Amino acid sequence: MSEPQRSGVGPRVAGNTTATTTGHEWDGIEEYNNPLPRWWLFILVATIVWAVVFTIAYPAWPGLNASTGGALGWSSRGRLADQMAAVEASRAESLRRIAETPITELPANPELMRLAVAGGASAFKVHCVQCHGAGAAGGPGYPNLNDDDWLWGGDMESLYVTLQHGIRAPGYDETRISQMPAFGRDGLLDRAQVRDVVEHVRAISGQEHDARRAVRGAAIFAEQCASCHGDEGRGNRDLGAPNLTDAIWLYGGDRESLTNTIWSARNGVMPGWSQRLDDVTIRKLAAYVHSLGGGE
Amino acid sequence: MDALTSERQETARASGVYLPAAGLFALAFLAFLALALTDDRGFAIHMSVMMLAFAAGGVAWLARYRNLPDGSFILPDAGPGYVDSVIRAGAIATVFWAVVGLLAGVWIAAQLAFPVLNLGFEYTSFGRLRPLHTSAVIFAFGGNALIATSFYVVQRTCRARLFAPGLAWFVFWGYQLFIVLAASGYVLGITQSREYAEPEWYVDLWLTIVWVAYFIVFLGTIVRRREPHIYVANWFYLAFIVTIAMLHIVNNLAMPVGLSTKSYSLFAGVQDALTQWWYGHNAVGFFLTAGFLGMMYYFVPKQANRPVYSYRLSIVHFWSLIFLYIWAGPHHLHYTALPDWAQTLGMAFSVVLWMPSWGGMINGLMTLEGAWDKIRTDPIIRMFVAAVAFYGMSTFEGPVMSIKAVNSLSHYTDWTVGHVHSGALGWVGMISFGAMYFMVPRLWGRARLYSLRLVNWHFWLAMAGIALYTASMWVAGIMQGLMWREYNAEGFLVWSFAEVVAAMHPYYVIRLLGGLLYLSGAAILAWNIVQTIRGRVRDEAPLDAGPVHVPGRDVPLGPGARGAQPVAAE
Repeated sequence: MSEPQRSGVGPRVAGNTTATTTGHEWDGIEEYNNPLPRWWLFILVATIVWAVVFTIAYPAWPGLNASTGGALGWSSRGRLADQMAAVEASRAESLRRIAETPITELPANPELMRLAVAGGASAFKVHCVQCHGAGAAGGPGYPNLNDDDWLWGGDMESLYVTLQHGIRAPGYDETRISQMPAFGRDGLLDRAQVRDVVEHVRAISGQEHDARRAVRGAAIFAEQCASCHGDEGRGNRDLGAPNLTDAIWLYGGDRESLTNTIWSARNGVMPGWSQRLDDVTIRKLAAYVHSLGGGE
Repeated sequence: MDALTSERQETARASGVYLPAAGLFALAFLAFLALALTDDRGFAIHMSVMMLAFAAGGVAWLARYRNLPDGSFILPDAGPGYVDSVIRAGAIATVFWAVVGLLAGVWIAAQLAFPVLNLGFEYTSFGRLRPLHTSAVIFAFGGNALIATSFYVVQRTCRARLFAPGLAWFVFWGYQLFIVLAASGYVLGITQSREYAEPEWYVDLWLTIVWVAYFIVFLGTIVRRREPHIYVANWFYLAFIVTIAMLHIVNNLAMPVGLSTKSYSLFAGVQDALTQWWYGHNAVGFFLTAGFLGMMYYFVPKQANRPVYSYRLSIVHFWSLIFLYIWAGPHHLHYTALPDWAQTLGMAFSVVLWMPSWGGMINGLMTLEGAWDKIRTDPIIRMFVAAVAFYGMSTFEGPVMSIKAVNSLSHYTDWTVGHVHSGALGWVGMISFGAMYFMVPRLWGRARLYSLRLVNWHFWLAMAGIALYTASMWVAGIMQGLMWREYNAEGFLVWSFAEVVAAMHPYYVIRLLGGLLYLSGAAILAWNIVQTIRGRVRDEAPLDAGPVHVPGRDVPLGPGARGAQPVAAE
């Protein structure tokens, strides 16, 4: 009873119906002569009817020069334009007010500030997260924007200027510029002197250090570094010089990182966004960064 | 049996032996010339591989023949039975590439969850291993399964020996060469950057030659048939072979930059994109759907030992499927620069395609009517039923996703990945595994598989794997789509791209687990097949093994037997 016996054309029981086979047989396989399932045929015809109606309603059938336009007059470009226009109209009033309000007065207007922060958060996710991270927490070489340790200032005006013009943005005259010399590479200090300065910086930042070297380093610091970082190493926002006495490091406070920083300098870069974004977006970004916790 | 034994011993003329060998040696020489003239490292590596492969092929070809005193040669693969040697090789290749392709898939799934597994080498980066995975599962595993089963099915349903067995061996080894060139090219960074058509121009040319040979073998066997009618499985296999040839040639039309691994497509811009997705979608339609429907139409009624549900349905759904599928490609380019009219037509044809696709599901499932109890008792039938059920789900989900409103959410998300894998793991994988479990004992003359219990284990591991894979990708994809488009009350986008990627992590881990389960099922398949080939039989409580194989009946009909009565029982 291994393979079906050829039965030829004749009644066979297929489930609840009595169907006949077609009479063909291939390697023991026969075929019932069942009709097309009703529901199957119904849905097939229904989808065909729908397709005809759909292709009349929408642009569908190609001609020599252009396709049919569709009875509804719909086009994907038209729909996109409508949607963009609707979004822009809904935002237009608040954007106008943000643009007209002096940047320093924005925090005093809670409703406007809320809109600016929401828009700034959105723009930040597109333009800023690549360096500063999705949570604005930064990383080595990229400042954390959540704390109150600012290189160039954390008030609305300073943030706005930094965003507009960037930091050391190449080929852009208005950018914020400050340049720490590469003390080792350029031969201003020898290796021993750099190691002494490293120990001094570790001393003023409250870290474990070699006291004898730190004393020698303090003298070099007063001569070479204090003009920007200040006598006590507390930094200078006008020059973008970081405070060296807190525990916050852009490139790291360990001996290796400090040695690299002093030997080669760092000079990180941020784009000047006024060259890429409209003014309202930059204002919104300033408001968002200000709102993160360290705003002054 | 008289008709068979009375056939004279088949011999070959000298020209039939030396000309093909000369052709292979000439190709080896061409590859050598290209190797000598190029200054492209990747091209040189590939030409070396091709040169060695062609030369080895020429030697192997000559080694197949034994001289006769009268100057003629004994034809190998001759004899009264079907030509099964090349199918045995195909079955082994199918199982081998299944494990390789699934392993590559598990590896890149792990890379997505844990990017450190890119290992920092360009050779092991996701971008290079991803096409390795897709080509290994679609073309290496799926392609070998299709070629092997088509040779098996066409002989048995035509009751005729394979046309030109030597050419069939050329198809087998030529196809493996194509796979090796494609896969090594991806790792070396050689790609056309066309999805599922990544191999460069010289590999495309080679595949074209192999494919034409495949067409000749298949069609030649149909022409030789001893049955008056062509069985439905062969319609599907033939549609697959013919259409893939057309798609492959048109989509790969390109101008090479000298003797190098670089070429430029004949098409540009949106025409290029549309040609690519006309190809890409019909690779799904004719490779992964029509070809495997051919498989289904033979192995399901054979294993169930029941007549096919409806001949009429098979005609109507075959022709409607073939006609409609070819237009559906533009739905891959919704909301792009593709003109609106092409998007509308792509969606309309995709939706109408729903019922023609389901015709195959109905014919597959309803064939079990009157034998539903076998799902409980026969693990191979269970595998086939699951395959057809996943076919039905995927071919419903596809038209739904082609609807523009749905597509605006699903496109570019992992929902698409989930959809593809419910079809690939559920339909293509399970129907192929079932076909291997059916064919291998018969091909090697074994009474039964090494173990049906292991088939059962394979089934449940695969089911659990598919469930984890598709469910996690559906959830991840829909979440991804919703996060991308989420606006807050102030009218601004809420999420950054990186935040969406971070949100996917748990689902990527679940997907990896699903892939591991599916891979472990395939490892069990490989073990079961190896043991079956070795002639082992596992001592276990019996399960329903399906219809018993009667080797005496599994033979071609003799000459002049076209339309004659079947071979009488021994």
